[in-house]
Amino acid sequence: MTVQVVLPGVLAALAGGEKHLELQPAGGTLADLLDVLAAEHPLLGGRIRDETGQVRRFVNVYVDGDDVRFSGGLGTAVRDGAEVQVLPSVAGG
Amino acid sequence: MTDLLAIGTRKGLWLARSDDDRRTWTLGEPHLLAQEVAAVSIDTRRPQPRVLAGIQYGHWGPTVMRSDDLGGSWQETETGAIRFPEDTGAALARVWQLRPDTADRPDVVWAGCEPHSLWRSTDGGCSFELVRGLWDHPHRPTWEPGGGGGAVHTVLPDPASDRVTIAMSTGGVYVSDDRGEKWAPRNRGIGAAFLPEPPPEYGQCVHKVAVDAAGPDRMYAQNHFGVYRTDDGGLSWTSIAQGLPADFGFPVVASPRTPGTAWVVPLVADMQRVPPEGRLRVQRTRDGGATWTELGEGLPDAAWTAVVRDALCADEGDPTGIYVGTRDGCVYASADEGDTFTLVADHLPDVLAVRAVSVP
Repeated sequence: MTVQVVLPGVLAALAGGEKHLELQPAGGTLADLLDVLAAEHPLLGGRIRDETGQVRRFVNVYVDGDDVRFSGGLGTAVRDGAEVQVLPSVAGG
Repeated sequence: MTDLLAIGTRKGLWLARSDDDRRTWTLGEPHLLAQEVAAVSIDTRRPQPRVLAGIQYGHWGPTVMRSDDLGGSWQETETGAIRFPEDTGAALARVWQLRPDTADRPDVVWAGCEPHSLWRSTDGGCSFELVRGLWDHPHRPTWEPGGGGGAVHTVLPDPASDRVTIAMSTGGVYVSDDRGEKWAPRNRGIGAAFLPEPPPEYGQCVHKVAVDAAGPDRMYAQNHFGVYRTDDGGLSWTSIAQGLPADFGFPVVASPRTPGTAWVVPLVADMQRVPPEGRLRVQRTRDGGATWTELGEGLPDAAWTAVVRDALCADEGDPTGIYVGTRDGCVYASADEGDTFTLVADHLPDVLAVRAVSVP
């Protein structure tokens, strides 16, 4: 299974400058995908999730366009060929 | 000899340097721009000074950054320098304090963090280990977060023994005599205006503690209401607030070379938290808090700002230099123990931490 991950420019440096990553998760959930992302790019993984495994409060993750906070969270199903986008939320000051 | 002043702000870190014995300062370009730098230290025990910065990315979480070339480049530990063990179920929220230990323990660095936790590094700040003795303390579940969050914000390792003193908001002062295995509260005499009388054994909102040059048993505490001194390592505290225009404030700094000398920056409490009459002033004692002298030459009037707990520091020069950062982005330096101040920087983001050192 191959999933495309789309990163914001500010995180691309942590993935070798790439804004688009192709990953092969071991399982079919968002947690599985983020596990393999963190294994390949530890700093990037730490930006998206804290050490308890939760997606950081001001990070939004979309699976095929749907915000996972309103779907299945880390258990959201990620299909073969899916596009998973990581975006910073509206926050700051 | 060059004097360096690290300025951690809500949106980055600045380094200022002086090559004329602290008479004039040159402010450098921003580092770690847009990242909150609530904790900073310059570790001069190494061949090259190491800048450690406890940062918070706006969206991407907290971590510790380090630079061995004074900000020319920055490194971070891939898996996070401070990372709660899985069994704790906790996640790092903010690094509040980075404290290099003594020259005799050259790679030891302490970190105080939110949630309430103490960490110890033995590799110069690249990685930290949770101090379990404090994390597992039976009091911990009852330590409430102060307005800024619940954190260990003060870490004072004793250079001559295994004693470590910490302070927390809230929680108060705790002391370990075995480098962190066992901890005991040391708050007797410190008030807690936000709790019913009598003051509890622990739970005070101690904003900052500083060790007097006379030795580790004499310390000063700036409390959430009240300024105190202990002469017995925290077993008992006595008010030294008489003579101050207000007993609220955040920082307290003790002279590293002159016993009995310390500085505070009083604020009107509790809801206003601005300098009395809008005049930014530092108060200095030369007699362990028996009397206070107002210091204001070079500090502004009409300054409706505040100085937070780590935005006041002393250097180790002779005479002692004093540095004040404000929430409206100004930094003032004094090369004469606070008698006169000069402006180092203005229009910076909120200043959260200042630290000054001399390097060859």
